[in-house]
Amino acid sequence: MEKISDVTCLFCGVTCDDLEVFVEGDTIKEVKNACILGKATFMNHKADVAIPRIKGKETSIEACIEASAEILSQSHFPLIYGLASTECNAQRKAIELADLIGASIDTTSSVCHSPSLQAIQTVGDSTCTLGEIKNRADLLVFWGCNPAEAHPRHFTRYSVTPKGYFVPRGKKDRQVILVDVRKTPSAKAADQFIQIRPGSDYEVLTAMRALLKGEELEVEEVGGVPISTLKSLLEKLKTCKFGSIHWGMGLTMSRGKHMNVMALLLLARDLNRFTKVVASPMRGHGNVVGIATVLTWQTGYPFAVNLSRGFPQYNPGEFSSVDLLARREADAALIIAADAFANFPRAAAEHLSRIPTIAIDAKESMTTKIATVVIPTAQAGISAPGLAYRMDHIPIPVKKVVDSPYPSDQEVLKRIIEKVRSKLQNRV
Amino acid sequence: MLKIINGEVYDPLNGINGGIKEICIRDGKIVDEVPNTAKIIDASNLVVMPGGIDIHSHISGLKVNAGRGLRPEDHRRMVIPKTRITRSGTGYTIPSTFATGYLYTKLGYTTVMEAAVPPIGARHTHEELNDTPMIDKGCYIVLGNNEFILRYLQKGEYEKARDYTAWLLNATKGYAIKIVNPGGVENWKYGQDVSGLDDKVNHFDVTPRQILTALAQINQDLHLPHGVHIHCNNLGVPGNYRTTLETLHALEGKRVHLTHVQFHSYGGENWSGFASKAPEIAEYLNQHPHATIDVGQIIFGDTTTMTADGPWQYRLHKISEKKWYNSDVELESGCGIVPYVYKEKNFVNAIQWAIGLELFLLIKNPWQVFMSTDHPNGGPFIFYPYIIRLLMDKNFRDEMTKRVHKRVLKDTVLPHITREYSLYEIAIITRAGPAKALGLTHKGHLGVGADADIVLYPKLENKEEMFERPVYVLKEGEVILQEGQILKDWTGKTIFVELPENKAFQNEIRDDFEKYYTVEFSNYPTGLETFARYESVKVSI
Repeated sequence: MEKISDVTCLFCGVTCDDLEVFVEGDTIKEVKNACILGKATFMNHKADVAIPRIKGKETSIEACIEASAEILSQSHFPLIYGLASTECNAQRKAIELADLIGASIDTTSSVCHSPSLQAIQTVGDSTCTLGEIKNRADLLVFWGCNPAEAHPRHFTRYSVTPKGYFVPRGKKDRQVILVDVRKTPSAKAADQFIQIRPGSDYEVLTAMRALLKGEELEVEEVGGVPISTLKSLLEKLKTCKFGSIHWGMGLTMSRGKHMNVMALLLLARDLNRFTKVVASPMRGHGNVVGIATVLTWQTGYPFAVNLSRGFPQYNPGEFSSVDLLARREADAALIIAADAFANFPRAAAEHLSRIPTIAIDAKESMTTKIATVVIPTAQAGISAPGLAYRMDHIPIPVKKVVDSPYPSDQEVLKRIIEKVRSKLQNRV
Repeated sequence: MLKIINGEVYDPLNGINGGIKEICIRDGKIVDEVPNTAKIIDASNLVVMPGGIDIHSHISGLKVNAGRGLRPEDHRRMVIPKTRITRSGTGYTIPSTFATGYLYTKLGYTTVMEAAVPPIGARHTHEELNDTPMIDKGCYIVLGNNEFILRYLQKGEYEKARDYTAWLLNATKGYAIKIVNPGGVENWKYGQDVSGLDDKVNHFDVTPRQILTALAQINQDLHLPHGVHIHCNNLGVPGNYRTTLETLHALEGKRVHLTHVQFHSYGGENWSGFASKAPEIAEYLNQHPHATIDVGQIIFGDTTTMTADGPWQYRLHKISEKKWYNSDVELESGCGIVPYVYKEKNFVNAIQWAIGLELFLLIKNPWQVFMSTDHPNGGPFIFYPYIIRLLMDKNFRDEMTKRVHKRVLKDTVLPHITREYSLYEIAIITRAGPAKALGLTHKGHLGVGADADIVLYPKLENKEEMFERPVYVLKEGEVILQEGQILKDWTGKTIFVELPENKAFQNEIRDDFEKYYTVEFSNYPTGLETFARYESVKVSI
């Protein structure tokens, strides 16, 4: 058995890079240091592997690439979507393809943390890399997120328990507060749990900003939380040395969306008049931060980018995938390393099954089931190396640990681009 | 093979000042002669210069990309459509990567140095630079608030600080040492700053002065090709010229480059007393050839300010009330981003504008002062031709001086300066000088052996038009731009230093590294496989 060290896990935005993977031939035998989600990702690398096919009929990868190139070069308004569970070189190629064919390109953030991105575009953010939290944070607030289940090693690697340079006793030097609409398993790690009424995040956060400014509120509670509790939370935030607030989809995908996040960002910003306070989104299924990063450096925008006029345009609502599909505007779709069909609202998902849809994925999914063309690929982070971004935008190299019979996402996209290019040239 | 004939050549490193001279090119380099079969470019009525070299620009990295992410409204002001050869992109103050390469090429710039890279973000910077076509590039690694360095200095372990620096430059594939607000950024991590060279850095019991002198010494002892590249303490603060002069005094005898000195040449005790101290700074530089500077000229209009100087950016956010992005970088650095609008009729902005020009015009030796807007902090680099016109055309400068806030006429010496730059001097401050200061011996000139990075400008009376319309740009002897059209999507090289290392010492770095970082030691260095093309500059000690 061969041992491979310092392996990066692409499952979530914690992007642990300390895994030990034991392999024999093309099989992973054992994984150490990973959480339950990471371990399952590696150990099940041979399960549900996709099969190359066109209209349900098994065929060669080459034929699938040719069919994809044909669909995309014929399309008038193609959509490229997904790109979370792959690495950055494939993401680069996907944007190059979008530029070439004048596609809309969008990522899984579109139905996840895009309101966070919009909120940051509006008011900015006071944030830091995760090591700053590890080395300094003496107060941690988790708001509308559940790291214990969604980002299992966040607590032990970065936030709650690690011993840091300025917090040498680890958890003993920190206070942890969880704010959520229900008591999740994350509450076990917290010194205090504050339960708020569903849908009241904006109200609670705005009330806190008012209290911070010295306003007296003529109510006894906001969002189900007594004013005295909010005041004591504020006092903790004002008097800590380094406060770190983390938010999740509890804010981004409940009523108010980016307004909720803005309220939190503004509270964090206001708190900097008293002490150091940072706020960070708990991002990341897979390498979703990677696609936002590469898309931003290549086009200026992090998601919902349209290239049909020959240059990048950005407009969530107009160019975000769910909207494009629900309005039946896209006439072909390329879904890469994501399960659009399973995650989209019905009207959008249904349109995907109406138009020619190409799925590039290591695994079978709801999307591959309805796709016209299915191209299986080597799974990034297991059978394809490259680059990934952690939730705090730190780049981490990604290793390959076992071979796959299939080409990587990057390779498949490269070959599609070559074919599309020659088709477009022949047409002119 | 190629021969450029009949051109009026400006090649200051070889003392050529406007003479008609043939330039021969073979295999990407300039050579003595080429056979008669060589292709010929007739440069009659054209000015021939080495490709431009930007010694200080923020074009790539965590901070730059965070800036792009923060400002969708900025990108709508300039869109760059794809062509059959080039990729699409957006401007305006923080262009996308492809656009950055094309826009620099359209000005005749062929080499650009990214000025501030936190080591943990080096991999990101290099990945972005791979997607920045046309130009050669390199990056400076920020060290002035690095907690390894602070700890070594606290314990008086100079040799360890030196060996760590060598390891880090190799690991990050950096080109030079950068210092940003030494000590201040570390203090900012708990919401504070330093106010001068002798303040204490929290928890480390060292001073900015100690950091500056140690890193300048390390720079010297490692024989790095560029001097230590410094963004002084107290950027933007009225009265900060004293800190700037103290910094220069403290580093006398060392090779030093102070960057965006316009932002560090302010008099007055508060904003209402804000005044130019450019004459004092220029006077010092005129007496002390050990130092070079770039200016950081401001351009009126909207821009995006971004720097590792977190505490200053928080102050600017409070002054401007614009949105504020901050990201502190573990053990290493910080980052702050704030949009800002420089206004002609705002007296502080107008005086800032005048200070930049005064520095250009009062520093007598053009080999000591280089073109920069500290892109995009003072304004986008695409305005370099406008600055060139201000320097070469006294009448144009006077018109502008009358247009801006009246205190420029009243309170600065700018209106009384009659100097006009010559083409030869422009060639120094935009290519020959930066090449020399960077130790890039094969760039910035047209002598035999140099990289054939060459630009041909039209000879026009209006110097702004002249410098924004190169007729040809050549990279390694290939014509990559002609008459404003990009002909090749060229892949430039990334340039970095390669230093001898104390291998035994790596284990000690590793121990501390594993305790406090959040990435694995083996995943931290950027390997050669990252680069599309590279050139390593071997440095022997």
